[in-house]
Amino acid sequence: MNFVVSIVFSGAVVTLLVLIPWVGVGAFDLRVLFGIVIPYAAVITFFAGLVAKVIGWGRSPVPFRIPTTAGQQWSLPWIKANRVDNPKGNGGVVLRMIFEVLLFRSLFRNTRMEFRNGPRITYEFEKWLWLFGLLFHYAFLVIIIRHLRFFTEPIPFFVKLLENLDGFMQIGIAPLTGYQLPGLFLSGMVLLAAVGFLFLRRLLSAQIRHISLPGDYFPLFLIGAIGFTGILMRYLLKVDIVAVKELTMGLVSFHPTIPGGVGVLFYIHLFLVSVLFFYFPFSKLVHLGGVFLSPTRNLANNSRAVRHVNPWSYPVKTHTYDEYEEEFRDKMVEAGLPVEKAPEPEEEASEEETGEKE
Amino acid sequence: MADLPKPEELVQIDHSPSLHKGLLGWMDTPVRIREGIALYAGKPQSLEYVGMPNPREWNPLDEDWKLPENWKEIILDGLRERLDRFRSLKVFMDICVRCGACADKCHFFIGGGDPKNMPVLRAELLRSVYRKEYTTAGKIMGKIAGARELTYDVLKEWWYYFFQCTECRRCSLFCPYGIDTAEVTIIGRELLNLIGLNVDWVAAPVANCYRTGNHLGIQPHAYKDMIDFFCEDLEEVTGIRPNPSMNRKGAEILFITPSGDVFADPGTYTAMGYIILFHYLESLGLDITWSTYASEGGNFGFFTSHEMAKRLNAKMYAEAERLGVKWILGGECGHMWRVIHQYMDTFNGPADHLEVPVSPITGTRFENAASTKMVHITEFTADLIKNNKLKLDKSRNDNLVVTYHDSCNPARGMGLLEEPRYVIKNVCNHFYEMPENTIREQTFCCGSGAGLNAGEDMELRMRGGMPRANAVRHVHEKHGVNMLACVCAIDRAALPPLMEYWVPEVDVTGVHEMVGNALILDGEQKRTTDLRGEPLPGMEEEEDV
Ligand code: SF4
Ligand code: SF4
Repeated sequence: MNFVVSIVFSGAVVTLLVLIPWVGVGAFDLRVLFGIVIPYAAVITFFAGLVAKVIGWGRSPVPFRIPTTAGQQWSLPWIKANRVDNPKGNGGVVLRMIFEVLLFRSLFRNTRMEFRNGPRITYEFEKWLWLFGLLFHYAFLVIIIRHLRFFTEPIPFFVKLLENLDGFMQIGIAPLTGYQLPGLFLSGMVLLAAVGFLFLRRLLSAQIRHISLPGDYFPLFLIGAIGFTGILMRYLLKVDIVAVKELTMGLVSFHPTIPGGVGVLFYIHLFLVSVLFFYFPFSKLVHLGGVFLSPTRNLANNSRAVRHVNPWSYPVKTHTYDEYEEEFRDKMVEAGLPVEKAPEPEEEASEEETGEKE
Repeated sequence: MADLPKPEELVQIDHSPSLHKGLLGWMDTPVRIREGIALYAGKPQSLEYVGMPNPREWNPLDEDWKLPENWKEIILDGLRERLDRFRSLKVFMDICVRCGACADKCHFFIGGGDPKNMPVLRAELLRSVYRKEYTTAGKIMGKIAGARELTYDVLKEWWYYFFQCTECRRCSLFCPYGIDTAEVTIIGRELLNLIGLNVDWVAAPVANCYRTGNHLGIQPHAYKDMIDFFCEDLEEVTGIRPNPSMNRKGAEILFITPSGDVFADPGTYTAMGYIILFHYLESLGLDITWSTYASEGGNFGFFTSHEMAKRLNAKMYAEAERLGVKWILGGECGHMWRVIHQYMDTFNGPADHLEVPVSPITGTRFENAASTKMVHITEFTADLIKNNKLKLDKSRNDNLVVTYHDSCNPARGMGLLEEPRYVIKNVCNHFYEMPENTIREQTFCCGSGAGLNAGEDMELRMRGGMPRANAVRHVHEKHGVNMLACVCAIDRAALPPLMEYWVPEVDVTGVHEMVGNALILDGEQKRTTDLRGEPLPGMEEEEDV
């Protein structure tokens, strides 16, 4: 699987995914299918799949306590221990996980290796992946929260607050408001910019290009397409927001309806989101759940202080001291090493057993 | 054995998989097993001795690896079983996003440029098969879902690349999900061992250790001879003859250290350092014994399988119980401490026959070792120094300009960072750190850990050690560093040839060798040489007389 094939394939699939609802709704008027059946199926698959995945992980035990320690251990009282990067107890683990999940702490350590023949190897500043990774995930989060306005009535205050913040920040940047377009949301732009960065990084860095699979390009393209259709709907080919909300409220209240006046673009957007939900539990996107279960991060480094039990531990065959002494007894005695059992007295070695004390 | 290329040749490395290779894709790039990189196969008698499967003569450079007919079934069943046993493996198989943050963090990739030595690809070698066998997407879509069949070639690729990983965990430090390729390698090797795919440099020490108690196969009388020999040398240097005890019942503490230090320079000087220290402490109340049965701190079983690690590790507690000691003190070693710190209690505990370690000299209770009951010697010595229990003459190490190499395992599998530094700074005057990206938790491997410190893979070792050597050279040029200190017996075996190759002006020492030099014994003669028999600073002329 080379990168050209991967990219072309992923791009083609996403294009196809745009065409399916376009034709389905535009030509065949399958609104119930695309507006109700598929979204429900997608959400069910998403939750069921993710829960199954997490349970599956959880079913395998953690036989050994293997945190990756990233700082000074707790040992002597006068040596300052690093409670977060090398947690001694659960409090530290919680902090470590918060830093990891909310701030991508490990990724923040990233450097770029610079190799000059000589050799001179240096490790250069490289926080871009961290920055754009963080931006990508937070933009996504903001967008999801903003979308709660379609699923709640009345709209919770924090959704409105976030909308205001998200919309407010852009005023200085985009002059578009003058054209009576709705305020541009920063999050959408950031998301697309981050997708662009992550894609270009994959494409342009020879190393990353080499390790990339279709499963890396596809979600990027899909999310890009979702963002793009969303922005289109909001700014250019406006949809009837009231009708959309009727549909989405119908979905969450389990009284699904298909109101008139919702354009094809919306169904494309909804379908792409549905595909993302379908795809999620079967892809690398499950890192969302997996990051919490990673034994190198979520365990305290206290295995010398507190015993960790392996549930499937079984007895093993060892070479006992007795077997060892049996083989080497004479040599041990001769060397003046103490033994458990005196050697057979047939030889006149008996004199020597009591030999020098160690 | 392949000829080792010159350093100038070795540094011709391209880290960008070329467009051509990119067009082929890594899955379609066949494995080419190369001399100088690959290790020798494990010998049948080694495998037989410990009852490992499929003992036979075979050669990795041959086409036919003489596998059992149902090898594929064995491997896949083994994989299934391990997925059910290790959450680490199961999670790591699913969540890698191939962000590449780990890619240029592996010393083997840095020093060699082989794309399959990027940690992410090393893990993908296994992951691709996992997808094919255990995921719906992989079963249906094959390569498009990053899945591939386990073929003979894939198996060879596993063997080749799982024995090009030193299980150093540097990659796991940088991974946003903590994916630990070392864990993948450990389990990958465990699978390979199910069908007798091993390497001699691991299999032989394992068999030795099982039989004689140590990797080098030193028998009890020979072990004692060597210790006696060190005592003679020490008498020459200090005028005092220490009298360490062996296999002594009723001692308070059992001392266990890697056998490498009893066997080869410069580790032997570290062993002499221990002996001097213990002698010094005797009058202060130390009651300690060595053991010929538990004469190995290291554990090459850990490079074979979890089970073998447990089998070899068992003798530590067994011997402690037999001798009736209260706790165990452990010498300087890397992977030994990963096993003791993160595995031993789980493997072979609870050690209820032991007590929470208390230093008999300072009264310090090692709460951090309350359950495992084993203390690292630099924790022990740092505590002694902090409590002013040691009379030290730092100037005896004045000819040394020292830097410190954190061994991977104590750094990333324990967090032993300050203790050795504290000891070093108290026994020598000239200490300089290497650049921060190359020490502490970010430390670079010596390139020879996890059973790779053989002779036949010297090119691999010189490549893997390149980032470490590069950092040493930096401080050598900047501060005149001439001594590389470490707390690991494998380092003491592996770093000297590495330095010889890349930075010949720098020598290697254990931390307790420097302690031994600085320590002032009661009634000792005026020392003119260090433990190596080389003149002490200021004594050069007297030596010449
Ligand atoms: S850093 Fe972690 S997630 Fe990223 S490629 Fe490496 S193993 Fe995969
Ligand atoms: S554990 Fe070390 S040697 Fe192995 S892949 Fe990771 S960085 Fe490389």
